Amino acid sequence: MMRPRSLAPIALLRHRPAVPVISALALGAAVLLPFVVSDYRAFEVTQVIIQAIALLGLNLLTGYNGQISLGHGAFYATGAYTAAILMSRFDVAYWLTLPCAAVVCLGVGFSFGWPALRLESSYLALATFALGVSMPQVLKYKHLAPWTGGVQGLTLDKPEAPWGLPISPDQWLYFFCLAIMVVLFACARTFLRGHAGLSVQAIREHPVAAAAVGIDVPMYKALTFGISAMYAGIAGALSAMSVQFVSPDSFAALLSVTFLVGIVVGGLSSVSGAIYGSIFIQFAPKVASDVSKAAPGVVYGLVLLGSVYLMPLGIAGGLKRLAELVRERARGMSRKRRRSHV
Amino acid sequence: MFRRSSFWARSLTIAAMGIVSCSRSGKSKDDGTAGPVGSGASASAAEIRIGQTMPYSGPASSYGTIGKLQAAFFKKVNREGGIQGRKINFITLDDAYSPPKAVEQVRRLVEEDRVLLIFQPLGTPSNTAIHKYLNTQKVPQLFAASGASQWNDPKNFPWTMGFNANYQMEARIYGKHIVKTRPEAKIAVLYQNDDYGKDYLKGLRDGLGDKGKLIVAEATYEVSDPTVDSQIATLKGSGADTFVNITTPKFAAQAIRRAFDMTWAPAQYLNNVSASVGSVLTPAGLDKAVGLMTVAYYKDPTDPQWNDDAGMKEWREFMAKEYPEGSLSDGANVYAYLAAQSLVKVLQQCGRDVTSENVMKEAGNLKDFAPAQLLPGITINTGPHDYLLFEQMRLARFDGKTWVAFGEVLTASN
Repeated sequence: MMRPRSLAPIALLRHRPAVPVISALALGAAVLLPFVVSDYRAFEVTQVIIQAIALLGLNLLTGYNGQISLGHGAFYATGAYTAAILMSRFDVAYWLTLPCAAVVCLGVGFSFGWPALRLESSYLALATFALGVSMPQVLKYKHLAPWTGGVQGLTLDKPEAPWGLPISPDQWLYFFCLAIMVVLFACARTFLRGHAGLSVQAIREHPVAAAAVGIDVPMYKALTFGISAMYAGIAGALSAMSVQFVSPDSFAALLSVTFLVGIVVGGLSSVSGAIYGSIFIQFAPKVASDVSKAAPGVVYGLVLLGSVYLMPLGIAGGLKRLAELVRERARGMSRKRRRSHV
Repeated sequence: MFRRSSFWARSLTIAAMGIVSCSRSGKSKDDGTAGPVGSGASASAAEIRIGQTMPYSGPASSYGTIGKLQAAFFKKVNREGGIQGRKINFITLDDAYSPPKAVEQVRRLVEEDRVLLIFQPLGTPSNTAIHKYLNTQKVPQLFAASGASQWNDPKNFPWTMGFNANYQMEARIYGKHIVKTRPEAKIAVLYQNDDYGKDYLKGLRDGLGDKGKLIVAEATYEVSDPTVDSQIATLKGSGADTFVNITTPKFAAQAIRRAFDMTWAPAQYLNNVSASVGSVLTPAGLDKAVGLMTVAYYKDPTDPQWNDDAGMKEWREFMAKEYPEGSLSDGANVYAYLAAQSLVKVLQQCGRDVTSENVMKEAGNLKDFAPAQLLPGITINTGPHDYLLFEQMRLARFDGKTWVAFGEVLTASN
C-alpha cells in the first residue's frame, strides 16, 4: 500500500511556462466561484474544502507516516464539539474557536498517539477504531450533556460576513474555509519538505533505519498523530459552523471509514490527493443513490472497486501518470521533428 | 520554485474543475442571492414539487420503505389525475440517517429544486438539524417522522409540524388510565436516560396529575448498559404493582423477560416504541408478554381482526398493485400510507391556492379527518395553535399472538 514518493522529474518541469498562468487562472476561478453559482453550490463546495482538510490530516498520518487510523471521525467530532460548545455556551466568536479546536485536538491526538505507539499497523487500526466507535456514546454521556446537549445536539447560528461585506453567509464561509485550506495545505507542504517531514517519511519506509540515523521515532510518531488529529479537528470545527448543527449521530463510526476511503481513492502520500478524495466522498454516494434507491451501497461499492482497480495509486497517482504519458509523447514528437531537420 | 507552482497548479485546477461542474448544474437557477427562498413560493400550474429526505442507506435504512411507499402512492395519485389537475413531483433523497447529510440534501431541495415543502423527513436528529433552517427559509417541514415533542411549537416554529403521536401524549394516556382504573396503584418506572426517556416520564407525570406520588420507584439505564437486570430487581423490591416500561427494543425485551423470571407480575405498560411483536416480544418470549398493554392509533397489519376490514383491504390492494416489494407485516408501511393520505388531504384543502403559507394554514385546519387505516373512533384534528395530529389513542393488550385494541378511545389533552 505504501510506496516511496516518486521524485517528480524536476528537469521536465522547467519546460512548463504555463504553470504560473494556470495557477493564477485557477485561483481566480476559485475566488469567483461563489459569485457565479448558487448559495447551495457554494455550500456544497465548502463541504468539499472542509473534508479535504480532514483528509489531508489523515493522509499525513497514514500516507506519509504509515500509521493507519480508523478513528479520525472522533477527532473531527472533538473539533466540531469544541467549536459548538464555545459558540453556543460561552458566546465565543466563531473564528476564535478554530485555534481552540486545533489546540484541543493536537493535545488529544498527541496523548492518544503516545501510548498507541506500542501498537503496530492493524492493532493500531483497531485501537483507533475503538475510539471512533465509542465517540458518539461519550457525547451522549449524561454528565457531559449540560455542555454537549446530549442526544439532541447543539444548534448554532451561521457566521455572518464581517465588515459589512455585501456577501451572503454561505459565500463568506466559503472564502473563510478556502483561506484556511490554502494556509493548512501550504503548512503541510512545508512540513513535509522540511527536516521533520522527511523524518516522518523515513519512519514509514524503515523505522529501524530511521532510528539508526538518530530520528526520535516515538516522538515523531506521536507528533504526527497530534498534527493529524489537529487537522481533523479544525475541519470538524469548520463543519460545525457550516452545517450549524452537531449531534452524536453526526459522527457515527462510519465517518472514520469514509475518511480512509477518501485518502485511498484520492491518493496516499499526495497532498493534492486530499482534494480529489474529498470530491469523491462528497459526490459518489449521491450519484450512487441517484442510480439506485434500492441498493445505493452496491453502486457505491462498484464505483469504489472500479476506481481502485483502474487507479491503484489513487486519483492523484492516476493523473500524474497521465501527465507523464502526455509529456513523454510530446517529447518523443519533438525529438522526431528534430531528427527530421537533420 | 517551479515545483511549488506545479503543486498549486494541480490543486487549483481541481477548483476550476469544480466550478465547471457546478456552474453547469446551477445554471438554470437564480443568481444565488441570500434571503428566504420559500416565502411566497407556490406551486406552478402544472405541478406541485415536494421534497423529502429518507435513510435509504446507513443504520436506519429499514425505514426507507416509508419513502418508497410514498413515491408509489403519489405516482398513483398522478395517474388518477393529480390534485386539482396538478401532478405531484416527489423528490426523495438519501440522507443515510446523518444530520449533516440531511442539511445538505434539504438545502438542495429548497434552493435548487425549489420544492414547495419538505414532507416527512425521518428521525429526530435529522429533523432537529433542519428545524431552524426551514423555519428561517419559511419552507414547511410537514409531518416530520419523529415522536419528539418539539415539533408542536407553532408559536416559535410555525413552519414545522410532526406526524407521529408524540411521546408525552402517549405517556399521558398511561397515566390517565392508571388513575382511572387503579387509583391505589404503586408505580415503578424504568426509562432510558436521555431526552426520549425524559419526554415520556414528563408525560406520565402530567397524566397522573395530582396523583404523582403513585410513582414509588424510578430506575434509569444508559444505552451502553449491557442489561437492565439490576434495575428490574430494584423496581421489584419497591413492592410496585404497576410497571411502566419506557425502553428501546433490546432493553424492553430484557425487562419483560427478567420481570417474568423473577416472578414479578405487575400490570405492565410498554411504550409504543417497543411494541413490535417480531423484534421485542418474540425474543422476550411470547408467553411472558401476555397481558402487556400499549397504545395504538392505527391498525396493526398483522392483527387478524382487521382481515375483512375495508381500510386494510384497500391498503393491501395498494400494496399488491403499486408496491409489491413492500412487506405486508411491516407497520411502517401502514404509517407511510397514512402520512401520504394526510398530505394529499392538506393539498386538496388548499384548492387552487397552493402556496407554502396556505399549506401550513390548511395543515393546521384538519377537522375530523379519519383515514380508514386509523383505529375506529380515532380522528386527526389540528388547529392554528395545535400542531398535534393524534391526541386520541386506544389501549391494546397482547394476547400471546397479537395486540388487541380494547376499551374506548382515550384523549391525551386535558
